[in-house]
Amino acid sequence: MQYFRLTAYALVAIFAAVAADWGRDLAYSVHAVLIMLIAGGLFLWELRSVDDPPPLADQGSYMDGPIRAGVIATAFWGLAGFLVGTFIAFQLAFPVLNFDWSEGYANFGRLRPLHTSAVIFAFGGNALIATSFYVVQRTSAARLWGGNTAWFVFWGYQLFIVLAATGYLLGSTQSKEYAEPEWYVDIWLTIVWVAYLAVFLGTIIKRRERHIYVANWFFLAFIVTVAMLHVVNNLSIPVSIWGSKSVQVFAGVQDAMVQWWYGHNAVGFFLTAGFLGMMYYFVPKQAGRPIYSYKLSIIHFWALIFLYIWAGPHHLHYTALPDWASTLGMVFSIILWMPSWGGMINGLMTLEGAWDKIRTDPIIRMFVASLAFYGMSTFEGPMMSIRAVNSLSHYTDWTIGHVHSGALGWNGLITFACIYFLTPKLWGRKQMHSMAAINLHFWLATIGIVFYAASMWVTGIMEGLMWREVDANGFLVNSFADTVAAKFPMYLVRGLGGVLYLTGALVMVWNMWMTIRQPQATPVTTTVPAE
Amino acid sequence: MQDTYSLLREFADSWALLALTLIFLGVIGWAFRPGSRPLHDDAAMTPFRNDAATVPVARAPSGPAAPRIAGCANACPDCTCAKTLEALK
Repeated sequence: MQYFRLTAYALVAIFAAVAADWGRDLAYSVHAVLIMLIAGGLFLWELRSVDDPPPLADQGSYMDGPIRAGVIATAFWGLAGFLVGTFIAFQLAFPVLNFDWSEGYANFGRLRPLHTSAVIFAFGGNALIATSFYVVQRTSAARLWGGNTAWFVFWGYQLFIVLAATGYLLGSTQSKEYAEPEWYVDIWLTIVWVAYLAVFLGTIIKRRERHIYVANWFFLAFIVTVAMLHVVNNLSIPVSIWGSKSVQVFAGVQDAMVQWWYGHNAVGFFLTAGFLGMMYYFVPKQAGRPIYSYKLSIIHFWALIFLYIWAGPHHLHYTALPDWASTLGMVFSIILWMPSWGGMINGLMTLEGAWDKIRTDPIIRMFVASLAFYGMSTFEGPMMSIRAVNSLSHYTDWTIGHVHSGALGWNGLITFACIYFLTPKLWGRKQMHSMAAINLHFWLATIGIVFYAASMWVTGIMEGLMWREVDANGFLVNSFADTVAAKFPMYLVRGLGGVLYLTGALVMVWNMWMTIRQPQATPVTTTVPAE
Repeated sequence: MQDTYSLLREFADSWALLALTLIFLGVIGWAFRPGSRPLHDDAAMTPFRNDAATVPVARAPSGPAAPRIAGCANACPDCTCAKTLEALK
């Protein structure tokens, strides 16, 4: 097996070296150099340990190593993503921040996909992988299946993130929103994702509990559906094996429909189903009481699974897509409101009889606020999917406000709360270093989101109304530049919201650092006897 | 002879729609089947078991009636659960 691995690493390194030389574009060549260095490094590492006896894994304990790494990676990519997001928010307010010297690499158009992928796939994805590995072991009473495959999933996913992020800056993109990476990065992610599915499913199969806990249903639905969405949406044919460019298999309106079938279900299954898996484990855990209604959680699951997959066409109102399709998407989006609120109520009512914890426990407060934002954005979303509302809201900043109230509020806050739950558990500490800092983080993040969402509502609706305003003769009153000028104050407020949210994340990282670095022994203070 | 699109379209909004609706109603109905409550109560308690750093050795007896001894067999020297179980007897 070791000789097989050595051969494989060597072949990959040689192929990557050839690819780096023959690469037809910069991004491809840089990636080939990166792969060559990684494969070469792994080759040397494998070679040095070739005669070592294989290390025996402790089968009697849960495999928490990849989860610890995942928690740190979540915090790291979170900071990176929030930082880029705040910077591009100011780029929109002050275009001079698109510096001349970085033109073509760090202007808004290149940094925007870097921000979205960093927060959704790097921050959110690492949080999902780490929490799903944690939850599936505890609720199955079994160690992760597949030995070091879990480590492969972790490092493979980081490699995907690095390839995607550097690719965007160097101009390698297939121009599909939230699916920008080019063909070879897509293939790599598919391999990693299948390994992820194998580890997760393998652990469930060897479980010692009779019932598969509902959180695992949500995680499994997330993993399986994302695999399907990713493969179908990224069906493309590379122009050359020595270049990053590829051509989509679908064209025209079919391509748009596949893209938004993917795009909306990325929200539905990545940012909703997966994070609901976190909710169904960590909220009961932190509250110290079982979920309010297990039956409701089952209904929540099946309703979400059956309805979400149809909602995508609401992104394509008033386009070449047939009316029946966009109406179908709209109707399913509106029905979806019900299971979403069912899930929110299920999470909130878990605190029944322990409501005082919202006052006393800042982690519970974060969970509750995140569920409140989940409820708010799952009401706002169906409303915006109605064709008449969409005619006002689409292409305006209202959409951006909606996305961020969901992403910062629901996904962000629940991830922070899970990090605060997991960090002391994984590093054997009693609790986080500073509870006051968690409280501070909560308020910085919440006020940041309020600034963000409120300013985007104002500017989005204003923009929508200005675009459709006509005078008595039927001529448009405002030029596009007029709307841009009018939005400036709201862009400042949005940037301020981003700064607050980023500051909160910095406080969290400091708190994590102090918790993990905390010495095991506490200093003993001896009082000097008087006289 | 109809084209593929029309054929699939007709199938989708008749038989496929009916089948999916019935499956959906079926799984919801299944959750409410008689006797599901104790199973659901038991499942809802899953997060509070098997939470120690070690994987439970013995297969935990499953089912609502059985007293739950989560793998550790209450063998730790400083076990607090053992006393509670003793008191319950």
